[in-house]
Amino acid sequence: MKEMVTGKEPFVRIIKRDVPSKKDQVIPRVLAILAALVVDALFIFFVTGLNPFAVYGVMFQGTFGTSIRFSWALRDLVTLLCIGIALAPAFKMRFWNVGAEGQVLMGALATALCMVYLGGALPTALLLVVMCLASLLAGALWGWIPAFFKAKWNTNETLFTLMMNYVATSIVACATNIMRGQASSLGKLNMGTQAGWFPSLLGQRYNINIIVVTLVMFLMFFYLKYSKQGYEISVVGESENTARYVGIRVKRVLMRTMCISGAICGLCGFLIVAGKDQTISTNTAGGNGFTAIIVAWMAKFNPFYMALISFLLVFLSRGASEIASAYGLNDFAVDIITGIILFFLLGCEFFIQYRLVFREKTRKEAQ
Amino acid sequence: MEYAVQLKHVTKTFGKVVANKDVSLDVRYGEILSLLGENGSGKTTLMNMLSGIYYPDSGQIFVEGKQVEISAPKDAYALGIGMVHQHFKLVDVFTATENIALGLDKKEKFDQKAVKAKAAAICEKYHFELNLDQKVYEMSVSQKQTLEIVKVLYRGARILILDEPTAVLTPQETEKLFQVIRNMRRDGKSVIIITHKLHEVLEISDRVAILRRGEYIGTVDTKDATESSLTEMMVGEKVELNIDRTEPVNPKKRLSIQNLTVYSREGVKILDDVSFDAFGGEILGIAGVSGNGQKELLEAIAGLQPAAKGSKVRFFGEDQEKPVELLGKSPKQIRDAGIHLAFVPEDRLGMGLVGSMGMIENMMLKSYENGHSFLTDRKTPRELAEQIKEELHVVTPSIQTPVSRLSGGNVQKVLVGREIASSPIVLMTAYAVRGLDINTSYTIYHLLGEQKEKGVAVIYVGEDLDVLLELCDRILVLCGGKVNGIVDGRTTTKEDVGMRMTNLKKGATRQ
Repeated sequence: MKEMVTGKEPFVRIIKRDVPSKKDQVIPRVLAILAALVVDALFIFFVTGLNPFAVYGVMFQGTFGTSIRFSWALRDLVTLLCIGIALAPAFKMRFWNVGAEGQVLMGALATALCMVYLGGALPTALLLVVMCLASLLAGALWGWIPAFFKAKWNTNETLFTLMMNYVATSIVACATNIMRGQASSLGKLNMGTQAGWFPSLLGQRYNINIIVVTLVMFLMFFYLKYSKQGYEISVVGESENTARYVGIRVKRVLMRTMCISGAICGLCGFLIVAGKDQTISTNTAGGNGFTAIIVAWMAKFNPFYMALISFLLVFLSRGASEIASAYGLNDFAVDIITGIILFFLLGCEFFIQYRLVFREKTRKEAQ
Repeated sequence: MEYAVQLKHVTKTFGKVVANKDVSLDVRYGEILSLLGENGSGKTTLMNMLSGIYYPDSGQIFVEGKQVEISAPKDAYALGIGMVHQHFKLVDVFTATENIALGLDKKEKFDQKAVKAKAAAICEKYHFELNLDQKVYEMSVSQKQTLEIVKVLYRGARILILDEPTAVLTPQETEKLFQVIRNMRRDGKSVIIITHKLHEVLEISDRVAILRRGEYIGTVDTKDATESSLTEMMVGEKVELNIDRTEPVNPKKRLSIQNLTVYSREGVKILDDVSFDAFGGEILGIAGVSGNGQKELLEAIAGLQPAAKGSKVRFFGEDQEKPVELLGKSPKQIRDAGIHLAFVPEDRLGMGLVGSMGMIENMMLKSYENGHSFLTDRKTPRELAEQIKEELHVVTPSIQTPVSRLSGGNVQKVLVGREIASSPIVLMTAYAVRGLDINTSYTIYHLLGEQKEKGVAVIYVGEDLDVLLELCDRILVLCGGKVNGIVDGRTTTKEDVGMRMTNLKKGATRQ
């Protein structure tokens, strides 16, 4: 009588979880890091033949080895974080701004131009203010252009912002060539006068960068969470139809938000040129504009989580280069080590959202 | 071998939500069984397990006396089980015959002529009216549904499941559908109809099985059942199924729509020269097969839909001599002009509310701009949210919980509550009770009645003719974007409204 007809229960089924509790969100992530460290250890031991613990130690040294390394790490952290914060309002509005790289470059260029052409003409404090405003404006313009086209002709913002990066790179290449004149390279700007360089504050070279970005982080948090404009951004992002229904001017919000997003990217360019490099090249943004996309997404657009993620990424990348130089490993091996950690961290997001149910043998026997 | 299908102790959960709990159900050969229950009571889930879309967590299924495992739709077909879903699964650019041939066993030689001949025989046998050479995109909703049923029969289904088949049909089409269902029963097929319309249950089925919140309540013979006994089993308590319709008091003209014409983005005429007035203190019903311009009509009034030249939508405020033109104004401009126009749109979570936000933030949608501060005021919306939660008995873990996680009825209470709180002069609702349980539906009818008594001009776009006839003072029938008559809700008949919904009269009446 217990004759089975057709079909078999599937081996594994994927089931979406309810809202995961705090515990269910933290434990998988911790496990993921541990698992990544174990897999990394196996890789290090069997492929490179090194002692994994020693390698991890060196990696740790990359950020925490000396106070100067730590300050470098902080400097890189705030650069990345600043762009992540810039992307947050755009992404929250579901506007895929992948043009941070270009917006940073334009801000940096505006800063450099001010340093070169106004360097001797203005007192230091005023010069810094002018540089800052110029960078904000340049970045805002670079963010506004794709938003305008999107609002007017519904162009695809992902492609548009991406292509604007290449335009920005070319403009910067052209401008640096003009600025360097007959010299073989541009070198540090205003090397003699140091006009437009950030002074060191409390004995630390990068303190101004850190303070400015921390301030921006808090401002962005409150802007998104408590301001009327921040509220409009959420509504537009969640449902453009609802936004129209309540009479939010969607196009205006689009352009305004991208101006803000671009302006903060531009500000980041200012911090890089005035506070870190004191020069400009096509590599000034250094890929941070793309890495920041990961930062913004992993943090779900919360500026404070962004700080954590930025730290993790900077820690990994500084650790990686430390390993590479200490053991003479090639870059690929190091990339694999950091890649494994990122892979596990991103992969565990799936298990936070879903759970797997395997076929139970027992239920058939029970019948 | 007495039963065609038997479900024994079937349980299915999604996360923490129990969709079906220990459900046992028998279906006989040659009977029409209604599966009755409110939205969210697990009817569709249960049937999806029969048709291989879901797999039960526990419990057994017997088909024609044999225990079976159905883990894919093709297993269900092999067992002679076919389901017609609420949302049709057809390829628009294919003909009826091609759609029937689609997905047939690949081992068979593909012979369209043979397919067509066999399908034609099925149509003949059960009296389906279907043109097998017609492309799906040229078909009406009821023709598409017929095609779906023929498709299922073609595959040799002996057990048919129809998920809310009458939801999209006019009374006349429903009658036709019932006739073919009876023909199928005569042929010995078992038909399961998922529904929540009581009078249809009583009309068509032999037995009624009732589910409530995922649990099986019982099966009764239709001849022993009444509307109120079934409602009681469905809801779990006695429900008063009356709508109070008071006489309109002192009707004042509030809206005057003249020659309203709206084109879609593709340039198709959606509304064609629509004219009517709406008065305070009355409920104006708008009937029509869905997609005949109802949505565009309300959206044009609300400032969301541009209208063609020559159209007029005028609002009459306190000063009846000075109407305000609404066309060309955005929703914000309408609000800023002090015109209290409330609108409960059809797409609750996609337009009226933001699903990922809690009640407080959804209250803010209409008021966030108030005040001069750069920051939003959260105190007033919080109080409003608390008040609506209290007064309308919104079931939610907290007013911070994203509204998309609430049940359909509670979502609608949040939306209607917010719109009524703006003390409207005109209140427009589109399909305000779609998908809601009986209790909530009646709560909404009462709320609309209250607004009417307060002197609000209520416009009610509905699909259930019985309700339209009971609730509304006047009923405007839209057909093909034209006004096909405005009838008195107290004296008209269901048949009259049904006819007007489908057959455009020559020189359609203008008021």
